[in-house]
Amino acid sequence: MSADHLPEHPDFLWRNPEPKASYDAVIVGGGGHGLATAYFLAKNHGMTNIAVLEKGWLAGGNMARNTTIIRSNYLWDESAAIYEHALKLWEILPEELEYDFLFSQRGVMNLAHTLGDVRESIRRVGANKLNGVDAEWLDPQQVKELCPILNISDNIRYPVMGATYQPRAGIAKHDHVAWAFARKCDELGVDIIQNCEVTGFLKDGNRVVGVKTNQGTIHTEKVGLAAAGHSSVLAEMAGFRLPIQSHPLQALVSELHEPVHPTVVMSNHVHVYVSQAHKGELVMGAGVDSYNGYGQRGSFHVIEHQMAAAVELFPIFARAHVLRTWGGIVDTTMDASPIVGLSPVENMFVNCGWGTGGFKGTPAAGLTFAHTIATGTPHELNKPFSLERFETGALIDEHGAAAVAH
Amino acid sequence: MLLISCPNCGPRDETEFHYGGQAHVAYPENPDALTDRQWAEYLFYRDNTKGAFAERWVHSTGCRQWFNMLRDTVSYDIQAIYKMGEPRPDVNTSAATTPEGATK
Ligand SMILES: Cc1cc2nc3c(=O)[nH]c(=O)nc-3n(C[C@H](O)[C@H](O)[C@H](O)COP(=O)(O)OP(=O)(O)OC[C@H]3O[C@@H](n4cnc5c(N)ncnc54)[C@H](O)[C@@H]3O)c2cc1C
Ligand SMILES: [Zn+2]
Repeated sequence: MSADHLPEHPDFLWRNPEPKASYDAVIVGGGGHGLATAYFLAKNHGMTNIAVLEKGWLAGGNMARNTTIIRSNYLWDESAAIYEHALKLWEILPEELEYDFLFSQRGVMNLAHTLGDVRESIRRVGANKLNGVDAEWLDPQQVKELCPILNISDNIRYPVMGATYQPRAGIAKHDHVAWAFARKCDELGVDIIQNCEVTGFLKDGNRVVGVKTNQGTIHTEKVGLAAAGHSSVLAEMAGFRLPIQSHPLQALVSELHEPVHPTVVMSNHVHVYVSQAHKGELVMGAGVDSYNGYGQRGSFHVIEHQMAAAVELFPIFARAHVLRTWGGIVDTTMDASPIVGLSPVENMFVNCGWGTGGFKGTPAAGLTFAHTIATGTPHELNKPFSLERFETGALIDEHGAAAVAH
Repeated sequence: MLLISCPNCGPRDETEFHYGGQAHVAYPENPDALTDRQWAEYLFYRDNTKGAFAERWVHSTGCRQWFNMLRDTVSYDIQAIYKMGEPRPDVNTSAATTPEGATK
């Protein structure tokens, strides 16, 4: 956890090719999900004549703005299955991608501060165990043993009444994850094209046959949308709607400190979560700004609120300083679950709605979305996460497990 | 933090308000006549405009009244504030007409 664990800044890890006139598949969005999708398309389905189009720079969207929490302790079977599959992939990816992106399984704690929290948490631990997800219920003393700097006294407004704990959960270095995928994609022959904004689609009837970009028209047989906060904008270009609202989500870091915080602590109720990055910054985040926004910035009172919560839980943070705050644009759905599957346009596929918590899902999003694009049918794991669920009513309500944005 | 001009109380901090999402979405006249698709549209689908967006806010710690706002979702500039029930004003971003005290 000290600075000498950080690898050297790497050399160029991928080419910067000109776009070809046509590809077998085009992925829109060069964040973690787009890159992981391209990787699994090439590796699992032999589709190497493909491109990832990114309007800005690689991972400049939410991918390198998130607070890197990885966990799989979701309530429902469908979510446990896909997030736990993602976690198992995280456990093997550093070796598979030949890149140490500092995946650190330091555990994640979700604090309970009310009787309602306690009941919901214990229920979730039970559900997790039944789904083979490692989960424990900790009493306040056990919470204190795992994270000594936490204030578990009765003298705070919302005393800690216990916590769920997932030991295999943790954090990873998000920019390195993107680079790891990008390098492998490039080695497999995938074209990664930055500064390439998709501005429209070519359609033959209801079938997509190409994309219009600021670097010219590119023909393609299949299009996968992995544009996170901009998913609705792209869907509109293609002629359909998504049940998504884009919100600003902010986070912040302190200056560097000696290691003081050994795990990841999240609190839905007082609404903050904190970990300490490998370099030493305290990394904090909380909820979205309430209004719709594409500005990659939010209102300061949201930051103020999460700092107040953090200082109550961790009194020693009172002397720390905010070094930087920033925002991303998150694509939220009404049931706090993602959409990965077919779209109303033939040969166009959507991966979106991961909202405030899609970093942890990156490997499984890539795996299942690649399967969906290559075969034209969803993988077992993403079948429940279809767009149709909003019509059938088969929602996957994860507001309990996802209530503090992470 | 947004500075929002409540039509009843004048300019106040965003923290006094709550957001109500897209404006001008009426409750269906005959809900039982809707198809599942139409019902899903009413319940779960809202515009997610990048640019000028008509939305509702309520001044929850003030007059507790709802009103409509036209706001740019990229710059967050408030372009117009108007009463519930009034149609969306035709605002051209450069020459926005705002009620007295509204932030630009
Ligand atoms: C502050 C913050 C904290 C978060 N914390 C966590 C966390 O702790 N744990 C967790 O699991 N998740 C977290 N998330 C959520 C997570 O970051 C996202 O769910 C995830 O990154 C989304 O997938 P992505 O990486 O592909 O998105 P992005 O990196 O946003 O990729 C989408 C890309 O599409 C590009 N694009 C958009 N429109 C176009 C176009 N027209 N043409 C070409 N390209 C286009 C964008 O430029 C962008 O690079 C957090 C998010 C934020 C903002
Ligand atoms: Zn008022």
